[in-house]
Amino acid sequence: MAIWLTENSKIIVQGMTGGEGTKHTRRMLASGARVVGGVNARKAGTTHEGLPVFGTVKEAIEKTRADVSVVFVPPAFTKDAVKEAIDAEIPLCVVITEGVPVHDSTEFWAYAVAKGNKTRIIGPNCPGIASPGASNAGIIPADITTAGRIGLVSKSGTLTYQLMYELRDFGFSTAVGIGGDPVIGTTHIDALQAFQEDPGTDAIVMIGEIGGDAEERAAAYIEEHVTKPVVAYVAGFTAPEGKTMGHAGAIVSGSAGTAQAKKEALEKVGVRVGKTPSETARLMREIMQSR
Amino acid sequence: MDLFEHQAKELFADYGIPVPRGIVAHTVEEVRAAAEQLTGRVVVKAQVKTGGRGKAGGVKVADDAADAVEKAGAILGMDIKGHTVHKVLVEEASAIAEEYYFSFLLDRANRTFLAICSAAGGMDIEEVAHSTPEKVAKVPVSALTGVDRAKARDIAIAGGLPEKALDGAAELIEKLWCAFVDEDATLVEVNPMILAADGQVKALDGKVTLDDNATFRQADHEAFADKAAEDPLEAKAKEKDLNYVKLDGDVGIIGNGAGLVMSTLDVVAYAGEAFPGKPSPANFLDIGGGASAEVMAAGLEIIMSDPSVKSIFVNVFGGITACDAVANGIVSAFKLLESRGEAVTHPLVVRLDGNNAQLGRQILADAALPRVELVDTMDDAAKRAAELAAAGV
Repeated sequence: MAIWLTENSKIIVQGMTGGEGTKHTRRMLASGARVVGGVNARKAGTTHEGLPVFGTVKEAIEKTRADVSVVFVPPAFTKDAVKEAIDAEIPLCVVITEGVPVHDSTEFWAYAVAKGNKTRIIGPNCPGIASPGASNAGIIPADITTAGRIGLVSKSGTLTYQLMYELRDFGFSTAVGIGGDPVIGTTHIDALQAFQEDPGTDAIVMIGEIGGDAEERAAAYIEEHVTKPVVAYVAGFTAPEGKTMGHAGAIVSGSAGTAQAKKEALEKVGVRVGKTPSETARLMREIMQSR
Repeated sequence: MDLFEHQAKELFADYGIPVPRGIVAHTVEEVRAAAEQLTGRVVVKAQVKTGGRGKAGGVKVADDAADAVEKAGAILGMDIKGHTVHKVLVEEASAIAEEYYFSFLLDRANRTFLAICSAAGGMDIEEVAHSTPEKVAKVPVSALTGVDRAKARDIAIAGGLPEKALDGAAELIEKLWCAFVDEDATLVEVNPMILAADGQVKALDGKVTLDDNATFRQADHEAFADKAAEDPLEAKAKEKDLNYVKLDGDVGIIGNGAGLVMSTLDVVAYAGEAFPGKPSPANFLDIGGGASAEVMAAGLEIIMSDPSVKSIFVNVFGGITACDAVANGIVSAFKLLESRGEAVTHPLVVRLDGNNAQLGRQILADAALPRVELVDTMDDAAKRAAELAAAGV
């Protein structure tokens, strides 16, 4: 079992014909994901990587019954690509693109809400979502772990890979990279809720970082709604105030958004927080071994 | 990117928002000329990108040009919360009848924009919101519908502004919204927004933060960059398209992925506590998922040009790019640097994990690079890098 992405998921790639789109379409196919086509208005009717290229998301859905879109288009065109996916009512839209202006992501989020939230958006600036052994929508390396019963939600790509790798002997139901931008579609809370409801998930790893208050809000949610064990890691204890640390959303403003405040909020509700990624993996290992 | 007050006001003026006449001055001579040109009473305002200027003595009213020169003499060169004052804004003094607060900002938690308006202006709005929340109106603004004159008026009314200020405030708010959207700002703040004695509503101060992700469609924003205040290493890294932040420690850090690098800084600082002098990270440097030889070489070059660096920790997790490719990248980077006469002289601790980790480690072992040590785990590698920095070799 998994959340949001299963072996039945049919994936289309918006921006498949570009460099990143081509590379990762190949990787997704190699990992066994069912990629069924791509979208590029200027190359409609052609084939790329052996897959049909459609003019619009709507047409791609009609012809292939795709239910997942992965977006690799450049930042200047991301807003329109996501709005097109929303208009076509695709159930899941995974936005990999990094560097999307926040006015654009705020606008496509408002658009998704106005259209009745029929499309779940993951990202932007994220590695995507992988359900090991079932499917893979995005750029998460499929072969670093196996299928299992741990769920993972993270703001960071490489820390996701690190934890998936360290816990590969237990394996994962689904790993979701929600992205490091200030405004994102799917949040920690959305993933926590889905993992709590997923019979295929026994325990949850949550990875956060400085900036905003998503981790604090996730802690409040865990206290109220999550009965499965949660282990967390927060990056950025040594980040100086007012500096953006790689991710556009990773910034401590005044006394807000610090790693310490996030760690304390999580520990207060009984979540064990690792001091390093390896210690976090060890905490999860203990939980899985005691089951 | 945060703007100086005078830049924010120049931007406001472009959108037709009333601001006092003002002139930027870098020396007392320039202050004298500015004050003489403006005539009458002027305000001398320190230009630094931090709050609390008034409390720190960085804002003074002067009666005439001679007085302005005297006041500016005390302000120029002053330190305000770690920011040195290199320039002042000399502005005509305004006859203030009332002071209000107004801002548009990004509300991360609710994934929308927010208008904040209050009749209690001129002071720390966070304090006002904390002690008397009923005096501060927070109105969500949809990115789809935005703010027109009618909505602007509603916001002003919600903020408790008096009838006599509503027309002027609504006009200013509507124009400010245009600036917020058209300039890809994440914050525009006017504190105070004043009702002048003549009935006009004006922006007496201005604070603007621009979205760095939008520079591709905001070509003119580059002119706002404060090149003089940039750390020279950060400026050099930016030229090479590296994601680098200078910190004040002595262990140089290179990693792939923002989260992993942030985490590496924490693990090094944590490990450093056990050693004399408590070594800590000298920088943040994310070379991205690809970790190619060119980028690795550019990264090593920047870090080695930082005189405070005593050891270097390369922390790479092979995901999309497998570890053998990363190891080959490191070997090529060493050769590349050597060929440029910039051979690596610092002790270097490398941790490779993830896809093809064994293969990658073997490649590095076979290359027998001088001063390179391989350590298997991130925690142990951080310890070793801190130990080497503490030994100062």
